[in-house]
Amino acid sequence: MFRRLPDSPAETLRFTFDGAALTARRGDTVASALLANGIASCRTTPAKGTPRGPYCLMGVCFECLVTIDGTGNRQGCLVALEEGMRVETQAGARRAVAP
Amino acid sequence: MKRITEAAQLEARYDLVIIGAGPAGQSAAIAAAGLGIATLVVDENLAPGGQIHRGITTTPVTDRAVLGADYWRGLPIAQRFLASAVDYAAGAKLFSLLPAGDEPGRHAEIELGVSIAGQARPVFAGQVIVATGAMERPFPIPGWTLPGVLTAGAAQIALKAHGLVPQGRVVLAGTGPLLLLVAAQLRAAGATITAVLDTTPAANRAGAARHVIDFLRSPYLGKGLSLLAKARGGPRRIAGVTGLRAEGEDRLRAVTFTAGGAAQRIEADVLLLHQGVVPNTVISNAIGCAHRWDDRQLCWVPIRDEWLLSSVEGVAIAGDGGGIAGAECAAESGTLAAIGAAHRLGRIDAAERDRRAAPVRAALERLGRGRGFLDALYRPAAADRVPAEDSTIVCRCEEITAGQLREAVAGGATGPNQLKAFLRCGMGPCQGRLCNLTVTEIVAQARGITPEQAGTYRLRPPFKPVTVAEIASLPQTNAAVKAVVRY
Ligand code: FES
Repeated sequence: MFRRLPDSPAETLRFTFDGAALTARRGDTVASALLANGIASCRTTPAKGTPRGPYCLMGVCFECLVTIDGTGNRQGCLVALEEGMRVETQAGARRAVAP
Repeated sequence: MKRITEAAQLEARYDLVIIGAGPAGQSAAIAAAGLGIATLVVDENLAPGGQIHRGITTTPVTDRAVLGADYWRGLPIAQRFLASAVDYAAGAKLFSLLPAGDEPGRHAEIELGVSIAGQARPVFAGQVIVATGAMERPFPIPGWTLPGVLTAGAAQIALKAHGLVPQGRVVLAGTGPLLLLVAAQLRAAGATITAVLDTTPAANRAGAARHVIDFLRSPYLGKGLSLLAKARGGPRRIAGVTGLRAEGEDRLRAVTFTAGGAAQRIEADVLLLHQGVVPNTVISNAIGCAHRWDDRQLCWVPIRDEWLLSSVEGVAIAGDGGGIAGAECAAESGTLAAIGAAHRLGRIDAAERDRRAAPVRAALERLGRGRGFLDALYRPAAADRVPAEDSTIVCRCEEITAGQLREAVAGGATGPNQLKAFLRCGMGPCQGRLCNLTVTEIVAQARGITPEQAGTYRLRPPFKPVTVAEIASLPQTNAAVKAVVRY
């Protein structure tokens, strides 16, 4: 969906999305790392289960909500990507107690 | 500059807390530090610059021609900010702000709830400057929630902060100077743009004409000319676009619209929407600042005095969060707000305050000229603000449609707050950030009243979701316990 300009010298970081091994760069947020890997959708809505993906990239729309290292409801566009992060699709509503 | 990376590094009290590190917040911090005021800057972004100068100290886009001179104007501000004697918490979350009060249980100073790296702390402040800037106006068209549809601002952020450009068939749609700027920047970065669909109503020109003299005397003129020059020879531009829709099942496949009397369809992988920017009033609304409906900019703006002080004691609002005026005005207004705060803190007397403020006010006057022209020329069409089709989603979080809203109004809901109770609109994680303007205008239209009479959602803290663990990490002081009990 997005491609990286050739003049990006930053260090490569590895992370996973729903178990798939992916790479991005230091300086990416979780949301930009997903977009750079062609991932358009990162959650489904609690109301009707429809797929959504990052929309504003500036912290206002909350469409980029994902589960990061087991913690749900994280705004992917405000979280710096770190080496080894485990990112997962946030499916529907959050549960009050971890399953 | 002291970087705050953990909540434990925060002081218990600051003279001044500034929320946001865009041009307004940074300029306020520079001015405050120059006056020896103990200042904390809390920003949710990971680096200074706000959205307009996003990634200014970290951008991987090194060819200056790509982002342009206006973007790079942010660098000296950021450098001065980073060299100033303030505490700076980047990547931090402000979740509450309790105005000072003299009733029992209220602290005599403003109390803020700040969370950094999952740990929350209360911070007290003598004065606060809210500099949370602007966000893009909602553009509720059928299909705007499909993955693959983003705001033009999002694509600009992806480019500035991360060196990413959209690929595949990219369509931009909407109105406003930012739309043309993003198109030019993406093109300079090597993106292929399939089409720019211009929704600017042709009738706007007549309205803009009466502001033309101001515009010709304004700094906007030069910028506009260079933008038009860049746009020339650019991608296919289709004017007079109405009835825009995004189509696809689980992601965007095509954009359809009407132009020149003909229905058209363009296959697209990425659609970038934009119809202007509006103040981000989440904090000012949630803390109870009085607002008014600005009919020229079609949005809510906080009511402020000549020192940018809101109706809540000790809380000033600087930058585009107080009304859209652009980055240069935002920087000046940040300085002005800091001068006002310095006086209220007893650092400078009234004469000194007025002396320092005079050149800033002159700059604001000069830089603000021409804004009326832009507002009138790029006023988004009513049909692009209030969806005609009943099935169009207005509240993205709770998936509430324009039809449901109109039905609820017909059934007796009198305003946005009652609609919340009827439909849960505005009660998802974005707390109405992406639907409040649309809901206000739908109510106004359906009831035949003004937006001012229709009102808006009453927001409440926390401004951002906080986890139980964050709340539990608050130190067990009386003030902190009270803060928790209140929510
Ligand atoms: S993409 Fe909008 S909040 Fe993250």
